[in-house]
Amino acid sequence: MSATIQTIFDKSQDGRKGIALPPLDVEVDAKIDSAFLREKKARLPQVSEFDVVRHFTNLSNKNMSIDKNFYPLGSCTMKYNPKIAERVANQDGYLNLHPHVITNNFNADVQGSLETIDMLEKSLCEVTGMSAFTTTPQAGAHGEMLGVMMIDKYHKSKGEKRKYIIVPDSSHGTNPATASMVGYEVITIKSDENGAIDFEAFKEKMSHDVAAVMLTVPNTLGMYNKRIKDLCEVAHAYDALMYYDGANMNAIMGVARPGDIGFDVIHINVHKTFATPHGGGGPGSGPVGVNDKLKPFLPDLGIKKEGDLYEFTKGGENSIGKISPFFGNYGISLRAITYMTVLGSDGMKDASSKAVLNANYLRVRLKDYFDVPFGGMCMHECVLSAKTLAKKGVSAMDIAKYLLDFGLHSPTVYFPLIVKEAIMIEPTETENKETIDYFCDTMINAVKLADENPEEFQHYPKTLGVCRPDDTRAIKELDVKFHSQ
Amino acid sequence: MKKYNEEHEWVEIDGEIATVGISSYAVEQLGDITFIELPEVDSEVSMGDSVAFVESVKAASDIYTPISGEVSEINEALLDEPEVLNQDAQGTFIFKLKVSNTDELDSLMSEDEYKNFVDSL
Amino acid sequence: MTYTPHTDEQVKQMLDVIGLEKESDLFSSVPSELQVHGIDLPKGLDEFSTFEKFKTLAAKNVTNKTIFMGGGYYDHIVPSAVDALAGRSEFYTSYTPYQAEASQGTLQVLYEYQSMICELSGMDVSNASMYDGASALAESALMAVRISRKRNKILIDGGINPTYIKVVETYLSFRDIEFEIIDVENFKTNRQAVLDKIDESVAGYLFQNPNFFGTMDDFTAIIEKLHEHKALAVISAYPISLGLLKDPGSMGADIFCADGQCLGNYMNFGGPSFGMIATKEKYIRDLPGRIIGRTLDKDQNEIFVLTMQAREQHIRRHRATSNICSNQNLIAVRSTIFMSLLGEEGLENMAKLCFSKATYLKEELSKLDGIEVLNKDDSFNEFVISTPLNSDDLLLKLRDKGFYAGINLTNIDEKLTNKVLVSVTEKRTKEQMDALIAAIGEVL
Repeated sequence: MSATIQTIFDKSQDGRKGIALPPLDVEVDAKIDSAFLREKKARLPQVSEFDVVRHFTNLSNKNMSIDKNFYPLGSCTMKYNPKIAERVANQDGYLNLHPHVITNNFNADVQGSLETIDMLEKSLCEVTGMSAFTTTPQAGAHGEMLGVMMIDKYHKSKGEKRKYIIVPDSSHGTNPATASMVGYEVITIKSDENGAIDFEAFKEKMSHDVAAVMLTVPNTLGMYNKRIKDLCEVAHAYDALMYYDGANMNAIMGVARPGDIGFDVIHINVHKTFATPHGGGGPGSGPVGVNDKLKPFLPDLGIKKEGDLYEFTKGGENSIGKISPFFGNYGISLRAITYMTVLGSDGMKDASSKAVLNANYLRVRLKDYFDVPFGGMCMHECVLSAKTLAKKGVSAMDIAKYLLDFGLHSPTVYFPLIVKEAIMIEPTETENKETIDYFCDTMINAVKLADENPEEFQHYPKTLGVCRPDDTRAIKELDVKFHSQ
Repeated sequence: MKKYNEEHEWVEIDGEIATVGISSYAVEQLGDITFIELPEVDSEVSMGDSVAFVESVKAASDIYTPISGEVSEINEALLDEPEVLNQDAQGTFIFKLKVSNTDELDSLMSEDEYKNFVDSL
Repeated sequence: MTYTPHTDEQVKQMLDVIGLEKESDLFSSVPSELQVHGIDLPKGLDEFSTFEKFKTLAAKNVTNKTIFMGGGYYDHIVPSAVDALAGRSEFYTSYTPYQAEASQGTLQVLYEYQSMICELSGMDVSNASMYDGASALAESALMAVRISRKRNKILIDGGINPTYIKVVETYLSFRDIEFEIIDVENFKTNRQAVLDKIDESVAGYLFQNPNFFGTMDDFTAIIEKLHEHKALAVISAYPISLGLLKDPGSMGADIFCADGQCLGNYMNFGGPSFGMIATKEKYIRDLPGRIIGRTLDKDQNEIFVLTMQAREQHIRRHRATSNICSNQNLIAVRSTIFMSLLGEEGLENMAKLCFSKATYLKEELSKLDGIEVLNKDDSFNEFVISTPLNSDDLLLKLRDKGFYAGINLTNIDEKLTNKVLVSVTEKRTKEQMDALIAAIGEVL
């Protein structure tokens, strides 16, 4: 492996062309005022189409991906992305629709897509027990923001300006970040000895100044909080609303419904639970569901069926406004409803059941080799700790790097923050027993190596061409774009 | 004689000037420090206020003042070389305060008490 | 159809290891009164029946009209190599590059992406994508407020895409941030009105070039006054136009944002697209989203990594620059491939094609009785026409003749009666434009 990298810019040759554009078939004197013109061209690389194909094909080979590797990242639900979703979504009838047909009110021209949106909304309502959905948020965090905006307007519509949002200390970072984006202060409640949000501490902090509580069920430790209904009741007694972060929906899909549990507003990460591809970090989509309390505040664009035709609807007078220009990441919504159609009600129940089966099997195989911060059954993910190993000089990060050499992507490490040397493992339901056994065997080998030769870990990974980036240098000697020599 | 709060800040009093820094435990937890934001000189701060901010590669943390007072001096050298804190946290000051009320020191931990506190974490 | 691979035998083996008797015991922690007894949705289907279902639905959508609509979303070329490369599962089934050694492909592509955005915009540092142009503009406004520390007022130019304005308003209205919209005059920035509003209370001024109506302008005087008052200039630009038009960096803009659909992506009924955001080096700490950097590994090999992560939600939590986690990575990857194919000459030529073809259409339209091109002299590839017919009527009739002739501006602003926004890209042929002209002639 070479020590220096060749970017696409390094492969540029003056005069090389990558594309033939459509011809200029009109004769005009097209002049732009020189004051509006740029003085220097944007120096994009000059390469041939074949150069481009070779370059990016080779780059793709440097990635781990679900299609190649077991990817047990806790909280990310890296399940198999069914190819049928790609075949459906790549049809011309869906790809080439211009969104401004909405502005022109040409609803008759997009009845197919409007029906897919309707199908998705209705299916999500049924799976989650909510009364209405909007598919406009473009990611889970975007959905969280929308949810908190609607909660804010709910309180304001009653003449109240509340100050706080409660989150558990085990929450995903997007929860408190979202609260701040919508102008709220965060109250963090510690977890109890079972990893659940401390009920007494929660009751103590609850007041009429609290706008909402954001929770994940099961929580980020993979544990189902038995007092969740009581929590909802306490909050509702103060008219604080319950927000469900749907990141862990894969554990309870087809088994329990957030709406039944008592949640007022939820978001779903379709790139987790509903198998839309992760794309290297996006695009995802975070549809938001509400009960009747929050319906009046839904965003500006919706659909309804009038007779045989779907029509566009505007938001009510209490709508929070717009967070996306049109229907959000429509292409991703389409993939999600394709998956839900293939899976069906029976498939959904089977998916969550096998997800929980896989996670518990893995937990039992590994519990004697790692610290287990919270004992007992987990749901779709389990959290272990490398606390004891760390005393020998082998950290969770070292385990993570070791696994890479064996064709296994690491689990999530150092999250949730309340567990030292946390290792959060979510196998998902689409992994077979052989793969899970291979993963467990490799993890056990890592523990054995930690006993025999802990210094060896700093050399991992050995087979990927690069090993252990200097993150400090990356910040101190910032290099975030190509500079030509 | 340093005294410590639970947020891992230390303070040393000399007459009416209090010198504040963060502990080596804190710096160990943070990792390589890459950025620091310092308080404004002459600003009034109360015990427990977040008055400064420190960033490392993998973490970001508020720095809370362990004692009330008026900011009299800040360690500007840290702005260009925050990594000095990694080298010698116990010996590097972050800011100094002119204090009016030393009673607040009574609620802080001694060196030994802080060591026990860290061990329990 | 379920994608679970478990055989009955294996399920039994695994339950034995866990110490459970039956599969339903896995959910013993969920109170029985909360467990549902089946969801009221159809049972699963094989993929072939599923495809038929969605194919039938796709057939209910219309995609055979010649498109002259723009408004932030354009019928631009999508090279086959973009689909082929971005369709590789190593790109689309990979994840956020948290483990650098396992993600050098994605990380290098994003580094190249950031570099190209900086070239396009003339800025020092770009992030690795936002959701879309609208939310990127909203986050740019929040960034300007953050940088200004104590100020909380944003000026918004009325020439910005109205949908973007609505999104910006929504984001700002939940914070203690005041905003004021300064209306355009004759589809152009009201320069004096903007200058008059700039003072020490302003954190930033948001503007678009070319603006929503296609008008190009020179913002030098405004940017100068903004800087005199230590306020920031935030521009939303149309990436293809940057093949010809002055780049935000040269203008002195502080924050640049844009929507990237035009760079090799399908319109897809509005999404997924992606947003760009870039800025001057001194503001990098306030930039939202992921940033990729190049560094060395322990053996002095070059390696790409996520960097400056302390800005982001997973570290800074309630103090993060933004709550953004997932971005629009794959679409940004598509555009990186597209910009590589285009090269510096290609981008300039593409912009020239759009402008030349639009110029032709503007001239031909002006010859029609009753049609006036209102911003003919200073528009790029989009322009406003006024029509003697009600715009709704005109557009419906033209749609029946096979054209999406433009965006009905009356539906956006009821004061803009009988006004239509027309856009021309490199894909529009002389034949198509002549056919549109003929059709309009017939309708009028």
